Amino acid sequence: MKAFQYVRANTAKSALEALAKDPSAQFIAGGTNLVDLMKRGVTAPDKLIDISRLPLNKIEKVANGVRIGAMSLNSQVADDKLILEKWPLLAQALNAGASAQLRNKATVGGNMLQRTRCGYFYDTEMPCNKRQPGTGCGAKEGYNRMHAIFGTSEHCIAVHPSDMCVALVALDAAVVVQGPKGERTIPFTEFHRLPGDRPEKDNTLGKDELIVAVTLPDSPYTQHAHYLKVRDRASYAFALVSVAAALELEGKTIKSARLAMGGVAHKPWRLQEVEKALVGKTVSEATFQQAAQQAMAGARAFEYNAFKLKLAPNTIVEALKMAAGLTA
Amino acid sequence: MKTSKKTIENEARRDFLKQSSVLSALVLSPEKAIKDPNWDEKIAAPFEKVPLKLEINGVKHTLNVEPRTTLLDLLREQLHLTGTKKGCDYGQCGACTVHSDGQRINSCLTLAVTEEGKKITTIEGLAKGDTLHPMQEAFVKHDGFQCGYCTPGQIMSAVACIREGHANSEDEIREYMSGNICRCGAYPNIVDAIMDVKKGGQTV
Ligand SMILES: Cc1cc2nc3c(=O)[nH]c(=O)nc-3n(C[C@H](O)[C@H](O)[C@H](O)COP(=O)(O)OP(=O)(O)OC[C@H]3O[C@@H](n4cnc5c(N)ncnc54)[C@H](O)[C@@H]3O)c2cc1C
Ligand code: SF4
Ligand code: FES
Ligand code: FES
Repeated sequence: MKAFQYVRANTAKSALEALAKDPSAQFIAGGTNLVDLMKRGVTAPDKLIDISRLPLNKIEKVANGVRIGAMSLNSQVADDKLILEKWPLLAQALNAGASAQLRNKATVGGNMLQRTRCGYFYDTEMPCNKRQPGTGCGAKEGYNRMHAIFGTSEHCIAVHPSDMCVALVALDAAVVVQGPKGERTIPFTEFHRLPGDRPEKDNTLGKDELIVAVTLPDSPYTQHAHYLKVRDRASYAFALVSVAAALELEGKTIKSARLAMGGVAHKPWRLQEVEKALVGKTVSEATFQQAAQQAMAGARAFEYNAFKLKLAPNTIVEALKMAAGLTA
Repeated sequence: MKTSKKTIENEARRDFLKQSSVLSALVLSPEKAIKDPNWDEKIAAPFEKVPLKLEINGVKHTLNVEPRTTLLDLLREQLHLTGTKKGCDYGQCGACTVHSDGQRINSCLTLAVTEEGKKITTIEGLAKGDTLHPMQEAFVKHDGFQCGYCTPGQIMSAVACIREGHANSEDEIREYMSGNICRCGAYPNIVDAIMDVKKGGQTV
């Protein structure tokens, strides 16, 4: 690992000032992604600004929802009573990610900003437009089993690897960020971006900004919510495909729905059109099959990930059934 | 004398491990690092050490470390606490699991400087004198290992798993212990050991 300078910030203000002074510096929160990438030479900052001790680790009930500090640990959020009671989908998604040890270090902000797990991005010998713009995309014609089927561009076909973010996007979260000009709020659907011709840009956070919190509005999805993750082993592996499904039911009728997929796109993939079409329908296998079919419109596979064209709709159907309490 | 024989065996084993890790370091050291044009400069750069206070297994330490030193390398290379193992060095195996302020973490992905002021517990800090920790005893009783390389990490993780309240069934144990890989496949016995300690109700 390349040597670097280290500073510890105690307030958001001092963290932002340190960053303004040295724009090539990077924040370190839990370090579980950044240290990994630094060891492999994928990134080599000259200075790290330690933000793990910022007083931004509270999970607070606020009017009409909850505010989760960006420094809250993944394990802390997953075990939080309020979250378990009101937003169980988020706890499920968090517990499906990484391992107990990693969740004890990983923060909410860091989880959102974790980089893709594309093997070409990790291997500094390989071409990768995300790591080094203009070098080409190694995955497009290469081994692309883990890669995207929605929203790809000729420049990048990587997926965002987070589980937590799939639940957050489904639950209408918003991201509170602070920069030199003050605070702004970004809807979660607009936080991550599609690769387009700028695959090096994962999201819409400014280079001079700090994530301070994530907010969730009160939600009716306390009873009928399920996060289903399909992976190569039973635990401690990234998703091939995952689905966050939440239903508000009146008897057997769907009053409203929330649906998002992970492992299929450069951003957590919210399915708003499908959600709308589910409203008023009766819960049944047929309803969910229809939803899954609608969700797959526009999907496009590459050489090694064509299995996702089947796996994704099947996972949607299963997740919706489990959310609805229809057991197979 | 029994103990001295054991010591010799241990040392022989450590030499073997040292050699084999040198070998694997050679095999694994990425060529690109050597080809990297910045490599010389990196080695030559003056590495400023920063002061670091840590309590490790109940003993307070005042140390000087480079910011890039991981907690794992600090424990093993500087403090010679080699009970904590380096398996993958990338957060993928759990062999390096230690407790930081009572929470289990992977020491290989933790920069030592970020732990300033914290209480670290390693496998060496679990036993009370000659009395093994109940989890250590249970691993012996249930044969919770074969080669033993993953065992320190497994035990540290298992203790935390019970403390966290995530050891209420075999399924829950399997899920919450999934961050510890065992290449020997001792999993069934590891789960038995944890169940045994949990049922025994001792404070861990
Ligand atoms: C073996 C392994 C398996 C894993 N499996 C999964 C999995 O199955 N599912 C999953 O979702 N994740 C998985 N992860 C990834 C893990 O969730 C992330 O590494 C973690 O969430 C990152 O959080 P962190 O706080 O450690 O971030 P860091 O590594 O500290 O930071 C990541 C990035 O975010 C920036 N940053 C951090 N916080 C802020 C902030 N508040 N404001 C602005 N910038 C910030 C940093 O500068 C850095 O660029 C796995 C990781 C490993 C190593
Ligand atoms: S898919 Fe994206 S991250 Fe992977 S090699 Fe192509 S450009 Fe790089
Ligand atoms: S050595 Fe740390 S997880 Fe493998
Ligand atoms: S006992 Fe050999 S790796 Fe677990």
